[in-house]
Amino acid sequence: MKALITALGCGLLFGTGLCVSGMTDPANIIAFLDVGGKWSPNLAGVMLGAIAVHATWLAWTAQRRAARANRSLPASGKRVDGALLGGSALFGIGWGVSGYCPGPAIVALGSGALGALLFVTAMAAGMVLYEGTEWTIRRSGKSSAIPH
Amino acid sequence: MLSAILGGALIGLSASLYWSLDGRIAGISSILSGALFNHGRERWAKLLFLLGLLAAGVGFARFTNRVPAPALALLPLVFSGLLVGFGTRLGGGCTSGHGVCGLSRLSVRSLLAVLTFMVTAGITVFVVRHVLKLWVPS
Repeated sequence: MKALITALGCGLLFGTGLCVSGMTDPANIIAFLDVGGKWSPNLAGVMLGAIAVHATWLAWTAQRRAARANRSLPASGKRVDGALLGGSALFGIGWGVSGYCPGPAIVALGSGALGALLFVTAMAAGMVLYEGTEWTIRRSGKSSAIPH
Repeated sequence: MLSAILGGALIGLSASLYWSLDGRIAGISSILSGALFNHGRERWAKLLFLLGLLAAGVGFARFTNRVPAPALALLPLVFSGLLVGFGTRLGGGCTSGHGVCGLSRLSVRSLLAVLTFMVTAGITVFVVRHVLKLWVPS
């Protein structure tokens, strides 16, 4: 129950932050990404505010946690590979086309933006497509039937 | 700029509470993916996070009487969504997971991911706005 209330509350807080910062308006995102137009530094301000709070929090709690020597920050573990860079490159292209990334799009959907409904549906379809592709690759890997 | 930093601070606070109370990373693409593919309680937690995001959007529209929307045709919008959905899963995160959470943890992987998507997004905006002229400023 606590986990569910935490999730709801954190979602609400996260969404409120996105609204206050103006990031649910794709025009504000494009204004940051468009170095050839009327450039706006606001997105950098959002990132700066978020990282300042979160990094400080993590450093502070890590100290306390280290004293108890149990949970540490999850190691990012995985390597830097083609999936990380290729996936991020694809994400950037999609982001640049509409000015929507996942968080703001979902909040904008709540605001009743029709475009956000289309975007979020397509985004979910993209995730389904990824799961399907990954499943197929894993399956063909298991049966060692790698196509030539 | 002040509202941007203040809004960012709220996002940072949310990511902090989610981590400390629940031990999870507030990456929205992962949360959406979990809402689609996880089972049982894990799925419910993710659905509730999404519900919180939606509720914030509802409140914002009521409060400001404004619904910001992209000035974009259907096809590019769908194309954009597909790429964001597929790309964030392949790359393991988006602006919140790699950007806010990853950079706060000084993750090298996240730094490389952020640099990559910022550069491709910048190039894309240039092409879409100044070459193809698909984005009609409202």
